[in-house]
Amino acid sequence: MEAEIKQQIRAFLAKHFKNYDLQDDEDIFSLGFVNSLFAMQIVLFVEQQMGVTIANEELQLDNFRTINAMTNLITSKREPAA
Amino acid sequence: MILKRIGVIGAGVMGIGVAQALAQTQHDVVLIDIQDEILAQARDQIYQNIRLSRLFNSPKESDKTPDELISQITFTTDYQQLHDVDFVVENSTEKWSIKKEIYPQLDAICPPEAVFAANTSCISITRIGSVTNRADQIVGMHFMNPVPMKPTVEVIRGYHTSDEALGIAQQFLAGMNKDCIVVNDSPGFVSNRVLMLTINEAAFLLHEGVSNAEDVDQIFKKCFGHKMGPLETADLIGLDTILYSIEVLHESFADSKYRPCPLLQKMVDAGLYGRKSGTGFYSYQ
Repeated sequence: MEAEIKQQIRAFLAKHFKNYDLQDDEDIFSLGFVNSLFAMQIVLFVEQQMGVTIANEELQLDNFRTINAMTNLITSKREPAA
Repeated sequence: MILKRIGVIGAGVMGIGVAQALAQTQHDVVLIDIQDEILAQARDQIYQNIRLSRLFNSPKESDKTPDELISQITFTTDYQQLHDVDFVVENSTEKWSIKKEIYPQLDAICPPEAVFAANTSCISITRIGSVTNRADQIVGMHFMNPVPMKPTVEVIRGYHTSDEALGIAQQFLAGMNKDCIVVNDSPGFVSNRVLMLTINEAAFLLHEGVSNAEDVDQIFKKCFGHKMGPLETADLIGLDTILYSIEVLHESFADSKYRPCPLLQKMVDAGLYGRKSGTGFYSYQ
């Protein structure tokens, strides 16, 4: 499931990272081609396309900084609480 | 002068941004539009934007919640609610036929001391003043999008704008934690006159096959250090708005240097408006 989530995130990001091989642990905000509008689009993508609701306290850039961070957030939200 | 209760006219992209920025800086807002449906969408959008704004400023315990901030905004179609506002920001569509109907109403309903700011990028502030009985209290305020995140505003002094009104406008913006740069009234002011010509010329470069959209934008970003290139900026603003602005400049100055690029005209005719339609100089689908 994790691989599938990563694939969906990569497909979404690919539109903004043309001709760039983005690594799973690479900070997308430090690369210089993401602006605040895109950061908001990423959150909306996670909520609307990946079907999870982000709580107010989780709205931190760190949760969206890398493909791995987004995947962790989505997986943790989808897993039933232990 | 206390500037606490603010009238915001128009619940489109700019009006929503102004209302949000005002609520987040401890103002009470009366947000007016002509349809309840538009106001309901505006409410949802402002809520979502306030929520997402937490991404960029880590919230403190003392910060108000999105629900508390939304409650500072009155969403209404009733102009009479403006009878006790301290200041007005008008953000209606950039068409003179619309603005000239709105200002006489504001003039009749709002307190006589209230200053009106026209949030416009192209309509003459002097002309707006002429349809009110308070031409000395009309200023131009060209906010940038997204309003809550852009720290500086182009402020326009109309022919009759008084120093006092300009001072109140500056005080108002300081209360929104914004700076301003004051210029005199002229078609397109400073920002649009330079930006629209730049975008138009960039479109000509594509039209003539000199370069492509990515490379034009990369030159501005990588060589000049701009955050965005002219063509992605055009997609963000909307190509219909760009074309309309260039046409206004062309007509106002009667100077052929403002003639719209045929490619831009063709794209607008084809419905390629940029981000809002999914395709412009880039694809967003």
